[in-house]
Amino acid sequence: MPMMKRNNRTEGRPARPAGPPGAAGGPRRQFFRRRKVCKFCQEKIDVVDYKEARMLGQFISERGKILPRRLTGTCAPHQRLVAVAIKRARNIALLPFATQL
Amino acid sequence: MHKYEVMFIIRPDTPEEEVEKLVSLMEGFVTGAGGKMEKIEKLGRRRLAYRVERQREGFYVLFVFEGVHATVNELERRMRVTDAVIKFLTVRIDEEQKRAAKLAKARAEKQAKRPKASTQPPPDIAPIPAAPPDEPEATQA
Repeated sequence: MPMMKRNNRTEGRPARPAGPPGAAGGPRRQFFRRRKVCKFCQEKIDVVDYKEARMLGQFISERGKILPRRLTGTCAPHQRLVAVAIKRARNIALLPFATQL
Repeated sequence: MHKYEVMFIIRPDTPEEEVEKLVSLMEGFVTGAGGKMEKIEKLGRRRLAYRVERQREGFYVLFVFEGVHATVNELERRMRVTDAVIKFLTVRIDEEQKRAAKLAKARAEKQAKRPKASTQPPPDIAPIPAAPPDEPEATQA
């Protein structure tokens, strides 16, 4: 039985890397990027504070725009909190509304 | 009674003792209008992200207090008429804190339950430190 199991595993592995391209229409391309995980879920942060401008700076672009979830990997509930925090921080001049080039 | 957090910016050209006076004055407005001060924090001189009233820097002060809407109204009105205060932001924080406490509690309960069934089924938090195992999983999908 253990032998069988091991066999199954070794058979399964080589097949897989070839799998994704074969499974046409898959959302990922041939090479897949490392999956981004939500920074806040990982660190178990429940409150996104507008006072932490340094931290919020990671979630805005060079022009001062809020970065989309697809770029930062933040989960939806946390992205909403981040967006509110950034807007508050802008209001009190901790973060820019826009930066001139 | 709700809990509020007020952050305001004082002009950078205000002398030190004036700042002190202004802060205690503002504190007086809060307590005078039925508020209960919880925390006063001087965050110090910071660069502003954009110019406010031609200033590029500002002296940040943070108040945390419990009060009613009249307290906030009064404080905001006073700050608006005080020239040395160039910007302020009021945030109500009791709801947020309640939410955070609830989440933390839920997590603690989950954690308490977990040790029994910690083998495989809930892989949501445990395997994160070991990042690489994620990748073969991704291939499967």
